[in-house]
Amino acid sequence: MPTLTFVLPDGTRRTLEGKAGLSVMEVAMAEDLPGIIAECGGNAMCATCHVYAGATDRLPPVSEVEDEMLDSTAAPRTPASRLSCQVQIADNWDGMTFDVPETQL
Amino acid sequence: MTVVVIGAGHGGVQVAASLRAEGHRGPVVLLDGQDHLPYHRPQLSKEFLGPGAGDPQLLRSASFFADQDIDLRLGTAVAALHPARRRVELRDGGAVDYTHLVLALGSSLRRLQVPGVELDGIAQLGSLTDAAALRARLDAARDVVVVGGGFLGLEIAAACADVGRAVTVVEPQARLLARAVAPPVSDAVRRAHEAAGTVLHVGTGVQRFLGRAGQVRRVVLSDGSEFPADLVVIAVGVVANSGIAEAAGLAVDDGVLVDPWLRTSVPDIFAVGDCVARPDRELGAPRRIECVQNAIDQARHVASSIAHGLGEPYGKVPWFWTHQFALRVQTVGLGFPDDDCVLVGDPDGDGFSVCRFRRGRLVAVESVNRPRDHMAARRLLSGGVLPVPAEVGSAGFDLKDHELATRGTA
Ligand SMILES: Cc1cc2nc3c(=O)[nH]c(=O)nc-3n(C[C@H](O)[C@H](O)[C@H](O)COP(=O)(O)OP(=O)(O)OC[C@H]3O[C@@H](n4cnc5c(N)ncnc54)[C@H](O)[C@@H]3O)c2cc1C
Repeated sequence: MPTLTFVLPDGTRRTLEGKAGLSVMEVAMAEDLPGIIAECGGNAMCATCHVYAGATDRLPPVSEVEDEMLDSTAAPRTPASRLSCQVQIADNWDGMTFDVPETQL
Repeated sequence: MTVVVIGAGHGGVQVAASLRAEGHRGPVVLLDGQDHLPYHRPQLSKEFLGPGAGDPQLLRSASFFADQDIDLRLGTAVAALHPARRRVELRDGGAVDYTHLVLALGSSLRRLQVPGVELDGIAQLGSLTDAAALRARLDAARDVVVVGGGFLGLEIAAACADVGRAVTVVEPQARLLARAVAPPVSDAVRRAHEAAGTVLHVGTGVQRFLGRAGQVRRVVLSDGSEFPADLVVIAVGVVANSGIAEAAGLAVDDGVLVDPWLRTSVPDIFAVGDCVARPDRELGAPRRIECVQNAIDQARHVASSIAHGLGEPYGKVPWFWTHQFALRVQTVGLGFPDDDCVLVGDPDGDGFSVCRFRRGRLVAVESVNRPRDHMAARRLLSGGVLPVPAEVGSAGFDLKDHELATRGTA
């Protein structure tokens, strides 16, 4: 099982089990991870599931739509910024980390 | 201080969650007549109808409500409100007393009153149960007829065409999405459906359905045309679930009337989401807004008012999305039927936006495959420097460039 570690703004770490094919957002929501809101349910429409990825090179590329939405996140965008609903979990992930921003709104 | 929320949809769940996030410590009771854990509705008319769709996505996990000490009671329909006693009466005979009450009742699908509408094979799509039934029927269907060319009907039509069904859409208004968007957007949507092979009948309504052995077989239109159907989906708009409010004497006009703080006409009763009607002076009538963002933002506002007392009036700009084939339509703001429209981009190209102006003031932007414009428009309409029609109409104008150039100067 791929594992994902979320680092909350206060430094707390939570490690969750993912499943290939699910999005990072879906795993976070199923476990009620605080700080991920995902108002639109995973359509890249609301930009409230923003995360900072630890290893961007292992992730699928950012689409044009995601790129535009990332420009409108509440917390500052960095090169590590992703919308977690657009990042599908892969089988070969282990110890992937995602920092949860201070705010999504 | 007990807060009772009626309706555990997008709005009601957010009220309960935000009350806790805002530090409200007293009991929160969340009542809903249906039995399923609260789920996301938008995907029901989109991915959920397609192949390989799994379970619907839940709004919150099963454990969330217990963890947050939210007393979620499913299968618990409210039969009546008794504001004088601050009590809600349940259909099963029980009752719950409240200090504050929030109505998050949503809306119900409008019924079509034509002969034959009771035939088997005629469906509607408003809930998970409806969607599961429709998905099952779709497998055996060949000729699908969708009655209603609004967002919901067109999403269903696109989903059916995507799985290879022969689809016909019937829309009585002169164009698709007539109430919701400007003509260039309607036109782009029309072309996408036509390209998928869907037959569109606009400007004419259903006169009757004909069946055999109780099963729908044909659809007859008012203009006399007639065609086969083994599955009909009716999507002709929604009506606010305001019945229990009206019966209790709350002011209702095509929805539960609220003031700028989302308070109903009765003290300590708020309302959020699809069931709300807000007087709109410009429109000259109350206005209802049916979208997820509106339900959620109103819910947050009401939760804050209950937890901390009244603050600013509610003033979020509504935004909405729909997905059909390769079209991603996003709207922000509130238009009026006779707005002046200025185009940005090329409707025959990759994407475009329509800027709608009311007496020279930008009031809404509708974008087709232009998330860049949409996000810039959201920021502009939420307190930015609004471009004037001549600017928008000039060569090379770009909403995002404008927003970046004027940011912080409002
Ligand atoms: C198929 C479909 C697709 C959609 N697609 C989109 C989209 O793409 N984008 C978008 O922004 N919006 C979309 N919408 C609209 C969006 O789902 C609604 O605007 C939103 O759900 C409104 O939230 P709400 O809380 O007001 O009502 P709802 O989410 O409808 O919740 C109301 C709840 O109240 C309960 N209830 C009502 N009366 C009682 C009673 N007397 N006692 C107890 N419980 C009661 C109901 O059971 C229901 O669960 C779609 C809607 C549907 C049906």
